[in-house]
Amino acid sequence: MWRFIGIRALQAIPVILVVITVTFFLVRLAPGGPFDSEKAVIPEVKAALEAQYRLNLSMPQQYWAYLKDLAHGDLGPSFKYPGRSVNELIAAGFPVTAELGLYALLVALGIGGLAGVSASLRPNSAQDYLPMSAAMIGICMPSFLLGPLLILVFGIYLEWLPVSGWGDIPGDKILPAITLGSGYAAYVARLSRAGMLEVMSQDYIRTARAKGLPEWQVVVRHALRGGMIPVVAFLGPAFAGLLSGSFVVETIFQIPGLGRFYVQAAFNRDYTMILGATVFLATLIVVFNLLSDILAAWMNPRLRAQFGQDQ
Amino acid sequence: MRHYRLILLCTLPVWLALQACGSGVPNVVQGNREGVLHFGNGTEPQGLDPHVVTGIPESHIVSALFEGLAVKNPYTLEPEPGVAQSWDISDNGLNITFHLNPDARWSNGYPMTAQDYVWSWQRALNPAMGNQYAYMLYPVKNAEAYATGKLTDFSAVGVKALDAHTLQVELEAPTPYFIQLMDHHSTFAVHRPTIEKWGKATDRFTPWTRVENIVGNGPFRLTDWQLNRRITVAKSDTYWDRDKVQLNGIVFYPTENLSSEERMFRVGQLHYTQTVPLDKIPVYRAMADSPYVNAPYLGTYYYLLNTARAPLDDVRVRQALSLAVDRARLNNTVMHGTNLPAYSITPPGTLGYQPPEIVRHDVERARQLLREAGYPDGKNWPGLELIYNTSESHLKIAVALQQMWKDALNIDVTLANQEWKVYLDSVDQMSFQMARRGWIGDYVDPNNFLDLFLCGGGNNNTGFCDPVYDDMIQRKAPRAASRDERYAIFKAAETRLMEQMPIIPIYTYTSNHLIHPSVQGMPSNLMDAINFKYVWLQDTPPGSEL
Repeated sequence: MWRFIGIRALQAIPVILVVITVTFFLVRLAPGGPFDSEKAVIPEVKAALEAQYRLNLSMPQQYWAYLKDLAHGDLGPSFKYPGRSVNELIAAGFPVTAELGLYALLVALGIGGLAGVSASLRPNSAQDYLPMSAAMIGICMPSFLLGPLLILVFGIYLEWLPVSGWGDIPGDKILPAITLGSGYAAYVARLSRAGMLEVMSQDYIRTARAKGLPEWQVVVRHALRGGMIPVVAFLGPAFAGLLSGSFVVETIFQIPGLGRFYVQAAFNRDYTMILGATVFLATLIVVFNLLSDILAAWMNPRLRAQFGQDQ
Repeated sequence: MRHYRLILLCTLPVWLALQACGSGVPNVVQGNREGVLHFGNGTEPQGLDPHVVTGIPESHIVSALFEGLAVKNPYTLEPEPGVAQSWDISDNGLNITFHLNPDARWSNGYPMTAQDYVWSWQRALNPAMGNQYAYMLYPVKNAEAYATGKLTDFSAVGVKALDAHTLQVELEAPTPYFIQLMDHHSTFAVHRPTIEKWGKATDRFTPWTRVENIVGNGPFRLTDWQLNRRITVAKSDTYWDRDKVQLNGIVFYPTENLSSEERMFRVGQLHYTQTVPLDKIPVYRAMADSPYVNAPYLGTYYYLLNTARAPLDDVRVRQALSLAVDRARLNNTVMHGTNLPAYSITPPGTLGYQPPEIVRHDVERARQLLREAGYPDGKNWPGLELIYNTSESHLKIAVALQQMWKDALNIDVTLANQEWKVYLDSVDQMSFQMARRGWIGDYVDPNNFLDLFLCGGGNNNTGFCDPVYDDMIQRKAPRAASRDERYAIFKAAETRLMEQMPIIPIYTYTSNHLIHPSVQGMPSNLMDAINFKYVWLQDTPPGSEL
């Protein structure tokens, strides 16, 4: 097991290095610089600005200097927000995005899991088709449509929930979590249905039923663990996707998360912010993929046995 | 059946949560009670250093936290006393003496002095500072030389502190709008000990503007700054004119998304929105007691024509393109009548100035000109490309004009959208034939629009160069004896410019806001300028809320 983790962690290093290098050069090759603005910038001013951000050095020099700073955990100053470091911007935005992602994940697991499991209990009946059709719609409906729809209904007509904000007014976290989570709920529903269908046809389930256990105990205590393995394998990439993909929801609901900074940074050619956020999210994605692999292995007795032999 | 219990169990908390949270008291109601304005401010500010920031959202917050030597009266836009209680201008217009108000204080209680200005202007002009608005101080003698590094001795720059409360400024040439510039954040004084406590004077990265560090001199002081969430300011008790300040505080929201901002306004979370989504304007217009406010704005939307490239190197082609545009129809259809058709670069009514109108819609004349240029009824037309930065509204306008040119002149114009920074780069490098452009005035004077087209000007981007025009703008107009004479020179120069047609003016901008009826003292003006010390909130009688 430890060897497996060690190998995967070592594999991650070149991946992240490649991400840094490619991003570093790509942003600099894009036309237009961070200090271009609609009103022409006086050449002397531009030169002074570029010197303050080391853009007057050659590209390899800039790259080397960046790597050195990165090794010290310093992601550099933001171009767009002078006076703020990229570390600070990430530290301000990430907890919000992570919290939103976590709630969205709970929504996805709660709604998606329930729908999937209940669909799998009566395959090819109304109880299957209804939630699965809803799931299909959920996958197809983009959050920039679902978000405003939910706001219109619950925020403006019914006046039950706030239309924007994060932690300002009680209940303002509900709509964003549902909006972000629903697409993932749909995936979870389909995955858990498939997983459960496979498990429910296994011999040990028949044994459990033959023992005379009530059906709900068969499902909850015996089938669920095996049936959820595909969902768990999906969780890592899903959580990473929630973290890096929450930009739209953050914008719709005025949430001060990392996603808004990240996307704005690309428009602003905020080199250090683009790089910092990319490196940070790439690392997270690698870590979450690793974690979900480990979790899936731990839940799957066959894989577990394999690791046992490794040791 | 039993798993329904499970479903019920899981949905119960959601239902309970929904029940528990009504939206509470809307910000607007609470704000009216407490005298706090909830202000949709467009985006998260880059920062709050007056010598660093460049955008409009920043200028709103900075003007609450700092004050210039003179401020704008929001009703007339004429300058009125700020930190300076009065000023004298010498007869030749070259020397201005500001008399500082002895009651003017920094927010830490220390008095403001003329030396503060000398030091601050040195900082604002220092090339190492990278202040993009340094040119606001260029009318000051030798300021440009210092800002571009040609002069290193700041004592040669025309600003002196005669004593603690007298600041003398010597100008390069008479500049009738100079007092207006004192309301621009680039000319504001900043607190030297605070800045030097956190780093070098010209350091852009220091935390001196953080809540716990910042020292300002405006009607409000910073009390809370949560990134991408809100910025809160409260009435300052050290401000010299504090008795006039009626708001107890302002909350600025970074409302990037227009639709979200409009929804926040609708449910009473905002008093004021930065703008209004175009498709919502007809709805708000139709309302009785509409909160929608639309007013002319000091800005022009136009197309740049690259006069160095065929076929636009021929003035007849440029004129034909402009004459074929039906600006009134464009405004009434595509833009829901929200803007004003523009026939020249300077917006009409710029402190009494009326620009010439020599490019009326005239299809016959346009056809004739195109025939003379060698493209009768669009024959032999080599093609023309229009670039614009990606945006729904630029696209709509471009498509409408493309069709107008096709209908009137039978010529094809292709459209190419570019991402913002790519577009800026293309315009800067002049690698285009025709390009969308907008210019928003920094101060209310025709000069601010007409000096764009000086030979080699940084924002000219058309290749237009006319020494006679330059002479009128740079030498004759500043030396005019009266405002009327000066405006006559501008008008003659602008007529010359429009005959050469290096640009196609399309519309004059308007400001569009939703403003809650309780907000008072925020009149519409050409600069869309708000002076927060004039603003107050009138508690609306119940039932009249939106």
